[in-house]
Amino acid sequence: MYDFELVKPKSVDEAVSALAAEDAQPLGGGQTLIPTMKQRLAAPAVLVSTHDIDGMKGVSTDGGVMTVGGATTHGTVAKEAASAFPGLAGLAAKIGDPAVRNRGTIGGSLANNDPAACYPAALLAAGGTVVTNAREIAADDFFEGMFTTALEEGELITVVKFNIPEKSNYQKFEQPASRFPLVGVFVAKHSDEVRVGVTGASEDGVFRWTEAEQALSSNFSAEAISGLTVSADGMIGDLHGTPDYRAHLVKVMTGRAVSAAE
Amino acid sequence: MSKISMTVNGKPASGEAEGRTLLVEFLRGELGLTGTHVGCDTSQCGACVVHVNGEAVKACTMFAGEADGAEVTTIEGMANPDGSLNAIQQAFQDHHGLQCGFCTPGMVMSAAALLKDNPKPSEAEVRDYLEGNICRCTGYHNIVKAIMAASGQDVTAIAAE
Repeated sequence: MYDFELVKPKSVDEAVSALAAEDAQPLGGGQTLIPTMKQRLAAPAVLVSTHDIDGMKGVSTDGGVMTVGGATTHGTVAKEAASAFPGLAGLAAKIGDPAVRNRGTIGGSLANNDPAACYPAALLAAGGTVVTNAREIAADDFFEGMFTTALEEGELITVVKFNIPEKSNYQKFEQPASRFPLVGVFVAKHSDEVRVGVTGASEDGVFRWTEAEQALSSNFSAEAISGLTVSADGMIGDLHGTPDYRAHLVKVMTGRAVSAAE
Repeated sequence: MSKISMTVNGKPASGEAEGRTLLVEFLRGELGLTGTHVGCDTSQCGACVVHVNGEAVKACTMFAGEADGAEVTTIEGMANPDGSLNAIQQAFQDHHGLQCGFCTPGMVMSAAALLKDNPKPSEAEVRDYLEGNICRCTGYHNIVKAIMAASGQDVTAIAAE
């Protein structure tokens, strides 16, 4: 790993100032970034840790919206979201392993937009908002393909807002070595619509399965999608699974999530 | 290089670290606490698990500078004050919860974190919690048995399958 300067600001303003330096990058829990730096696939000159910014931590609920600080760990979301938004808490409780969940953050996961990350599926399905130091970005406008988001250089996710669904659930088919989903599906039943976020499957990263959303909006049951098929075009193919296999899993995981939704 | 300080196993400790110095490198190289092991160096295996401010973390996937000012507990801090093995360590010995022993420091630290949150875990909960700790000797049955015993539960029904 190449060396860098570690900065530990106490406020968002200090962090944004530090991020203005050349080749500066935010550091959440580092559970993806540090392995990436070890492989020399990333070589920032300055890392700006969000860990000591108290204003970016914690979970709160107000009027059907759950607000999660960008530096909140998966372990904290798993505990603190459990009663108000069990679908999100269940997702957080199965990311990586306990030690990874004690470090990894929601802001880091969303900003990285790994094509097999769990949180992007929840954000798309809940229909949330990413709040940065500069603006608010709707979930539907945030993800722009594999490892790509609407975030500008030096922009920091301070808060993530979720519209809490009436019912929701996340099901992932785990790749057992990495524990990333081969396919993960987040189903959210809102009062006026159903939204389905799919991760792990597409070469374009997380996406909404709109055919299933329409079918489930009129009949929220696993049978409602039994007649649908998912195209293998554009699905990821690798040694863990073919595009056809992933396309098949999208439907299976969606059905399981609908059946388990609470 | 900059100087960083932390409380390790209840005692103040300080040393020099670069930005890129990992916590596990600092503990082993700078402080000489070689009980914490580096197995995979890719945050998969859990041999490097230590506690930072009471929470289990993988010390190979955290920078030493991030732990500046923190309370850190390593395997060297787990024994009782008189030097005898603590309940978890003793249970690992009693139930043969180690073969080569390389993963053991991480297993003990993860077990301690589990039992702090969940003092009487089920066998399934123990296995689930150890998802991020790999024993390359595949000695899991006796590790699970040791952790169940350390929690004061009957382990006669837990047999190698």
